[in-house]
Amino acid sequence: MSVLFIALPVALVLVTASITAFTWAMRRGQFDDLDTPAVRILHDSDDPGDNA
Amino acid sequence: MSQQGPIACAHCGLPVPADLVRPDGEASYCCQGCETVAGAIAACGLERYYALKDESSGGPANPTGRSYAELDDPAFHELHVQGLQGGLLRTELYLSDVHCAACVWLVERLPYLREGCHEARLELRRGVVHLSWDPREVQLSELARTLDGLGYPPRPASGASQRERRRAEDRRHMLRIGIAGALAGNVMLFAFALYSGDFAGIEAHHRALFRGVSLVLTIIIVLGPGRGFLKGAFGALRARRAHMDLPIAIGISAGTIWGAVNTIRGAGEVYFDTVSVLVFLLLIGRWLQHRQRRQAHDAVEELFSLTPAVAHLVDGDELRDVPVESLQQGQRVRVLAGETVPADGVLVRGRSSFDLAVLTGESRPVPIDVGERVQAGTTNMSAVVELEVETTGEATRLGRLLALVERAAERRAPVERLADRVAAWFVVVVIALAALTATAWAFIDPSRAVENAVALLIITCPCALGLATPLALVASVGRAARRGILIKGGETLEALSRAGHAWLDKTGTLTEGRTAVLRFHGERRWLTVAAALEAEVSHPTAKAIVAAADPGPLPAVEQGQIEVAARGVQGTVEGALIQLGSRAWLVEQGVSIEPGIDATADEWAEDGVSPVLIAADGRTVALAGCGDPVRAESAAALRQLEQRGWTTGILSGDHPRVVAAVAQQLGLGASAAHGAVSPEDKLSRVEQSHEQGPVLMVGDGVNDAAALSAATVGVAVHGGAEASLAAADVYLTRPGLEPVVELLDGAKATMGIIRRNLAVSLVYNLVGAGLAMSGVITPLVAAVLMPISSLTVVTLSYRSRSFPERG
Repeated sequence: MSVLFIALPVALVLVTASITAFTWAMRRGQFDDLDTPAVRILHDSDDPGDNA
Repeated sequence: MSQQGPIACAHCGLPVPADLVRPDGEASYCCQGCETVAGAIAACGLERYYALKDESSGGPANPTGRSYAELDDPAFHELHVQGLQGGLLRTELYLSDVHCAACVWLVERLPYLREGCHEARLELRRGVVHLSWDPREVQLSELARTLDGLGYPPRPASGASQRERRRAEDRRHMLRIGIAGALAGNVMLFAFALYSGDFAGIEAHHRALFRGVSLVLTIIIVLGPGRGFLKGAFGALRARRAHMDLPIAIGISAGTIWGAVNTIRGAGEVYFDTVSVLVFLLLIGRWLQHRQRRQAHDAVEELFSLTPAVAHLVDGDELRDVPVESLQQGQRVRVLAGETVPADGVLVRGRSSFDLAVLTGESRPVPIDVGERVQAGTTNMSAVVELEVETTGEATRLGRLLALVERAAERRAPVERLADRVAAWFVVVVIALAALTATAWAFIDPSRAVENAVALLIITCPCALGLATPLALVASVGRAARRGILIKGGETLEALSRAGHAWLDKTGTLTEGRTAVLRFHGERRWLTVAAALEAEVSHPTAKAIVAAADPGPLPAVEQGQIEVAARGVQGTVEGALIQLGSRAWLVEQGVSIEPGIDATADEWAEDGVSPVLIAADGRTVALAGCGDPVRAESAAALRQLEQRGWTTGILSGDHPRVVAAVAQQLGLGASAAHGAVSPEDKLSRVEQSHEQGPVLMVGDGVNDAAALSAATVGVAVHGGAEASLAAADVYLTRPGLEPVVELLDGAKATMGIIRRNLAVSLVYNLVGAGLAMSGVITPLVAAVLMPISSLTVVTLSYRSRSFPERG
């Protein structure tokens, strides 16, 4: 019994998992806006009152 | 502040004019807008905005201070607002002046500023904010006012359902690419193992396993993400038309089926890696093309929503802002000076002059009195009026024109694309050659017949046609956008590569589309005196006279009694009674007209220049000639169009005399200038010109829209009306005709690149086909060679320079 018979199904499971994850992310709209999240990370504070 | 040079505005960073600099070192602002917005930001405790902000910001702030009451109207909610769980509502608004990370921060603070706002998420690239709020706690108009106060005037984003559909389409497209990519990657890995197995030896059952798994994955790719190509090919077969998808479909299904046969019989080659990667790459090519077109559409759509769809409804004694869509026949609507008329109706109060250029192309404002009709889309130039609504929406003259636009667009023959034309005979030739190869080899060596035919199909795979032609178009469309030329589809460039007939609108296209003083007769000081009177009036002629007056302080109007009728103005300046207006009005006022001035006025009227007479103490003393000035670069641009082989002509709704005068200034023959042309006539003239080759129509108004959509290529110029943007294939964000010339040159360059790409790939395919037919190369070698041609063509497309950057 070759190790391939284990490795190959694992590879297929990984592909299925990655496609499922991608589909889920796509349906949730994660790829709809690719610019704003990059700048949103700069906003560390969630409370506007902390500098008042 | 101890800096040298001009003080920077504390809000936007632009230099502060000297008279606005605060001496005590306090924050100074370049304009009222910035100061208002900075005040609002400070009042909300959001000063951190300035810490996050880029140095290079988008310019001064421009809050409007509007009430946005129309956003609370049920009719607006019906159209633009969706309900969420728990009674929440959501909508999308376009925001003006969004430009950097700090804007995102500021806008997304909204839920902290207004109780009841649950979420505000900004899409930076499109400038769209997604709002969800609780209508029991806060109204949308309040949120809109807050955004306005922060310097981002919102406007409703139109067509929510259409956008939702597009978003779903985008997601499906990306999903197909993702799935094809993931699976193709795995097929490639198995292919590596199989190839190395060919050299180093591999156990038969491992080989069978790898091939079997690759087959399953490839079938998933072909029938899943690749289904679009198969569908397109079937459609083309049913329509008996050669189509780009046909050779692709034949290639991928032949590869899959032959690979499946070889897998099952356990001998020969498999081509699963080629097939799956091919589908993946072709999908990327399609997506690039699709995205480029989408961006042009987005840019135009954003311009659409610039027009506020608000009407001031007179309801008893009360004045309410309502969406235009909710207006009913018989309602009274108030139209302020400078606003667009929301519906067709009869004037019931006030009188004013209206700019009808959007419907008729006439550059001069037309006075309209009580009892007369005004049309939706025209602009009220001078005074507040009220009208009784007769028809709204699609039943208005404007609505009927828009319906005409749609019909014209449906009638138009699609642009015949070079790639499709080449594909038509390419497919036939390749299939014929493959059949020939198979038959010939069946006699020579039956065991190699199928293999050599498949090698031929693979090496002649139309990657260059499928990928490089769209890439060349996409690259050009992208470069054109940076030059201020928004092109909606790549086929537009193909249509423009041959010269034909160019029709140009006059108002706003060849001319500047605004009133200016073109001539003056009499002592200059009278112009300054006239300007003093006109400074209080918002009529376009008045503005032109003020702009033409010599710089410096204007004399004071002594007698406050400035009479503003729709036809003339009078008042006392420097002790003299000054009256200015049309000849007829002055005669009515009992002014004696000097014969010299009268003769000059007649002469000017002949030339299409409107004379405005200036009288002092009952005697005419000077004469100002007003009109729409011809753009400085129009004549040169027309010459350049003619040099490129285009026949030029003017189609204008304006008075024939004015059109003839403009044509003469531009050096066009009288036979090429057509005045008093109705929108319907424009359409029929454009359709007639189709007999002599491609038709280019350049215009800006609603009256041009039908002609724009009927033309082979319609170009809407800078500042054009919404309808013309929708109808046109190209939109220019720079004023004037120069971009049109640039568009023609760019189109020619792009077609040169495409022809070169096609030539390179055809030569390559010819050589490859010869090798495959003679049995020199196996399908495996063909699969290795095939991408090389594509790479060459892709590199050529991206390195070429259409639409060069200038100065």
